[in-house]
Amino acid sequence: MNSFNSTKEISIPGKIAVTSTGGSMDSLVSEQFGRCQYFLFIVPETMKFEAVSNLGEQMQNGAGPKAAELIIKYGADVLLTGHVGDRAEEVLKRGGVKIVDGYNGTVKVKDAVNIYLSNKSKEQ
Amino acid sequence: MVITVASGKGGTGKTTVAASMADVLNDCVYMDGDVEEPNGHILLNPEIKLTEKVFKTLPSIDFGKCDFCGKCIEVCEFNALINLKSEIILFEEMCHSCGACIYFCPQKAISEVPKEIGVLRYGTAKDNITFFDGILRIGEPSAVPLLKRLKSKIENGKITIIDSPPGTSCSMVEAVKDSDYCVLVTESTPFGLNDLKLAVDVLKIIGIPFGIIINKYQPEFRQLEEYITANGFDLLLKIPFEREIAEAYSKGILPVTYKPELRNHFKKLMTEISGKIKPEKVNAG
Repeated sequence: MNSFNSTKEISIPGKIAVTSTGGSMDSLVSEQFGRCQYFLFIVPETMKFEAVSNLGEQMQNGAGPKAAELIIKYGADVLLTGHVGDRAEEVLKRGGVKIVDGYNGTVKVKDAVNIYLSNKSKEQ
Repeated sequence: MVITVASGKGGTGKTTVAASMADVLNDCVYMDGDVEEPNGHILLNPEIKLTEKVFKTLPSIDFGKCDFCGKCIEVCEFNALINLKSEIILFEEMCHSCGACIYFCPQKAISEVPKEIGVLRYGTAKDNITFFDGILRIGEPSAVPLLKRLKSKIENGKITIIDSPPGTSCSMVEAVKDSDYCVLVTESTPFGLNDLKLAVDVLKIIGIPFGIIINKYQPEFRQLEEYITANGFDLLLKIPFEREIAEAYSKGILPVTYKPELRNHFKKLMTEISGKIKPEKVNAG
């Protein structure tokens, strides 16, 4: 299903991961990466999404890299979040996930995705 | 017989007290367990005779054998291993060297490799003090493996004084546990009192008998003594807040060398502590 994205000229990612405080597109973005409540995996073409609760919220340590592992496992190409720590960043980079950080917790997940997509289309 | 000198708050005078105890005993072992910032050597001025490297073990994965089954990641309690699908990466600083990944790997693809975490130093100080200290490598997250190695040098028959790291976290617990007695050093400030309470809580949980020394004692701060009295704790000694003690310290001179009356207090203190330790513990093993 990712064949569409594997061509060179793609600019729209196949799947976007967003850190979220809740399980819906209307939830606010979580500024925390490793310890957010949910990850939302969104397919921009259809805007369909899957919500995955984050076990890292309760982890004593290593929540960041573990969350990064999950993002890779779910096959996201891009991650929208507030801030990513050094270790998680290393994992994401090695797993080929593009990090777009700096989102703040006052934005809804669907708006964060739309902002990202409109910025993306302006780039072209 | 092992006596640990600990405190909640840093800078209360653990090293001064521990080194003074060693100095008055003379025939004893002194271990500087504050391996992140050892400074007992400044006060005891030992002649270092031997340095020993200390290692921890890390897993190393043979990707020729690994089939990415994920068992190692599943059993890792510390999230030190991360699966990138085509590669498993290790975050060295997260690894506690527990060996679970090695034990459970169905392919036997993981082996142990050593990694240096610091050194132990051994020497003699004054006339008859056996001196040990540990120096943790900069950036190493846990002092515990180094402290364990340091404590493996404890010999029965001699009195061992361990100078504990400050605080109440893993390294302090490791230094204090298995001791026969703990001396808690505090100071006449609200911070000293607050952190003393935390240290007392730790010792109660792990069941180590203890007594308290107030260093830099100022009678005006009454809450500290009120707390000690109200709980029925042993107040072993009060070291006055005096300029000349501080001046001696700033030159690396122990206050017991400087003030004969303080030396006598420390001698009495060591007799008192020996009396508090259960005889079966003194004779054990």
